[in-house]
Amino acid sequence: MPAAVECRDLRKTYDGKVEAVRGLSLAIQPGECFGLLGPNGAGKTTTIEILEGLLEPTSGEVSILGRSWKTNARELREYIGISLQETRLSEKLTVRETIELFASFYTQPRSTDEVLSALQLNEKSDALVGKLSGGQKQRLAVATALVASPKVLFLDEPTTGLDPQSRRQLWDIIRAFQGEGGTVLLTTHYMDEAERLCDRLAIVDHGQIIAEGTPADLIERLGGHHVVEFALSGNGHLDNATWQSLPSVDSVRNEDGVICLNVREPHRTIPALLEKVDQQSAQLERLNTRQASLEDVFVNLTGRHLRED
Amino acid sequence: MSVAQETPSQPQIQRHTPVPRNGRWSGFRHLLGARMLELAREKEVVFWVFVFPLLLALGLGFAFRNKPADRTTIAILASPNAAHIQELIQSSAQKNAIHAEIVDDAQAAKGLRLGKYDLIVDPVSADKVQYHYDPARPESVQSHVEVDGALQAAAGRKDVLATSVIVSSEPGSRYIDFLIPGLLGMNLMNSGMWGIGFALVDMRQRKLLKRFVATPMRRTDFLMALASSRLILMVIEVGLLLGFGILMFHMRVLGSFFTIVLIGALGAISFGGLGLLTASRAQKIESVSGLINIVMMPMWILSGVFFSYERFPATAQTFIKLLPLTALNDALRATILEGSSLVSQTGRISVLVIWGAISFFLALRWFRWT
Repeated sequence: MPAAVECRDLRKTYDGKVEAVRGLSLAIQPGECFGLLGPNGAGKTTTIEILEGLLEPTSGEVSILGRSWKTNARELREYIGISLQETRLSEKLTVRETIELFASFYTQPRSTDEVLSALQLNEKSDALVGKLSGGQKQRLAVATALVASPKVLFLDEPTTGLDPQSRRQLWDIIRAFQGEGGTVLLTTHYMDEAERLCDRLAIVDHGQIIAEGTPADLIERLGGHHVVEFALSGNGHLDNATWQSLPSVDSVRNEDGVICLNVREPHRTIPALLEKVDQQSAQLERLNTRQASLEDVFVNLTGRHLRED
Repeated sequence: MSVAQETPSQPQIQRHTPVPRNGRWSGFRHLLGARMLELAREKEVVFWVFVFPLLLALGLGFAFRNKPADRTTIAILASPNAAHIQELIQSSAQKNAIHAEIVDDAQAAKGLRLGKYDLIVDPVSADKVQYHYDPARPESVQSHVEVDGALQAAAGRKDVLATSVIVSSEPGSRYIDFLIPGLLGMNLMNSGMWGIGFALVDMRQRKLLKRFVATPMRRTDFLMALASSRLILMVIEVGLLLGFGILMFHMRVLGSFFTIVLIGALGAISFGGLGLLTASRAQKIESVSGLINIVMMPMWILSGVFFSYERFPATAQTFIKLLPLTALNDALRATILEGSSLVSQTGRISVLVIWGAISFFLALRWFRWT
């Protein structure tokens, strides 16, 4: 069985200067939900648009369901559903008319009523697109992709700018699609979205994959599953090496005075930490422990936060 | 929508509901249907395409209606002989066409400058008058001829040649008859350029074009649907303007409606091609708006919409006749007003076809969907 989506050594250079994608390879198996996670400008959209056959790569190979865009474009279009990062659909058409329009392009689409109810747009079916809320518009955008009855669903930042409730609604829809055996490729810069939705993900930065695996894998690779964050005041100014020497600490980073320790066993680290603070007669400004997240993975790999805006 | 209704229940995606397969033309039919719905729901489009040309025809038709023997207003400079001159005018056959006022020099000069008076009559002495006027103003030239004729006749001149005039204000030769085909041509240009050019760039800017080509939609279906929507609107535009001319101004249409629609279709397609060309690359509606105006502006003035291009120098006319709007206006006028057949106008038809063909050829080479 061929991979649902596969690419090798993908490169894209705009105007011979800007290198948006620099040698990116990945393989997504049928039925998987795969996420491209990365900050804005990392090359996620360029990558997904090349995979969708909307952009020509400067070099590299793309294969979708074992077929190539060069030879089987028309056939492939029947099999995939796409939601672009931002499409403003015709405001003067109703929700139903919009879905029917998109359905008309496919040889064997799903029925409009089925899609309307799956995306909870029944009540809005006769409303003009211009009158919809942001969450409803985004669900409609996904509806125009799902009406194709696709094997692979491409979603570029499906929940950016949505309120928490609309985001959860979309997650449910994506999970339901996957539950039916569909393959999903999505891009996001939301950690929680990637952690909850994706079976596997690739962290993209500067047009390259810098880490790949299941969310649990990636966090595992950090070493410590837990993060201990604290800040000191007074004359307690100690270097990272001091903290590294505490028991069970895997790595240390200092973020503007807040020290973050990746630790395996917090119950062994914290008493030693408090003792050290006491010895230095410094004051603990704050102390906080939590589970490590993908954000920590990203910061550890790049030294930057995902969303620096 | 209330919060309760928005609360997500686990969405059920059922598959394998039997759905009839879509045929070859399903995409085209839906694209055309969607386009027509959008146009009908866009109030601005309805106004500019249908109402505006009728208002223009109505306004211009009344402003330039054949006025009953145009009255000229003249100034007679206040002097001892002024009253005598006014009496001469009053006793002339043209007294109803001349309105004379006795005013002082300053008032007369000001009135002439502002267009209140067409002519100043200066009674220099009992048997001599002097006229002041600007020969560049046609109404002044006419006024001079009229007033001079009136004064000479009233003063005793005998005409040596017997002349008579047959007035022509039959439908077919009036300004409104000239105007309506011109407005029709201009409207076909406007709606072709805006309806295709602006609409496409708007869709490109919204990333709707990109979204469409991400589906199995045939690109030719999309363009054909756009062209078909133009043709449908064209038939309505032609019907409305001609119907309006016939009902309001008793215009006489000599050519067959079929030939007129055929020429209209040629014009609509030709300008649709030009619209497609202007829209082939532009990413922003601001830039395409500028481009459309640059293309259309010269033709509004040169191509004989509101006045005949015969007024331009003969050397310029060769060039003017090669413009698509000139060819369209001439063809519409010849067909509507003179009943000319298509075959007798191969020159104009060729101009339209060549513009359309070149535009489509270049547009399809350069067109960007993303």
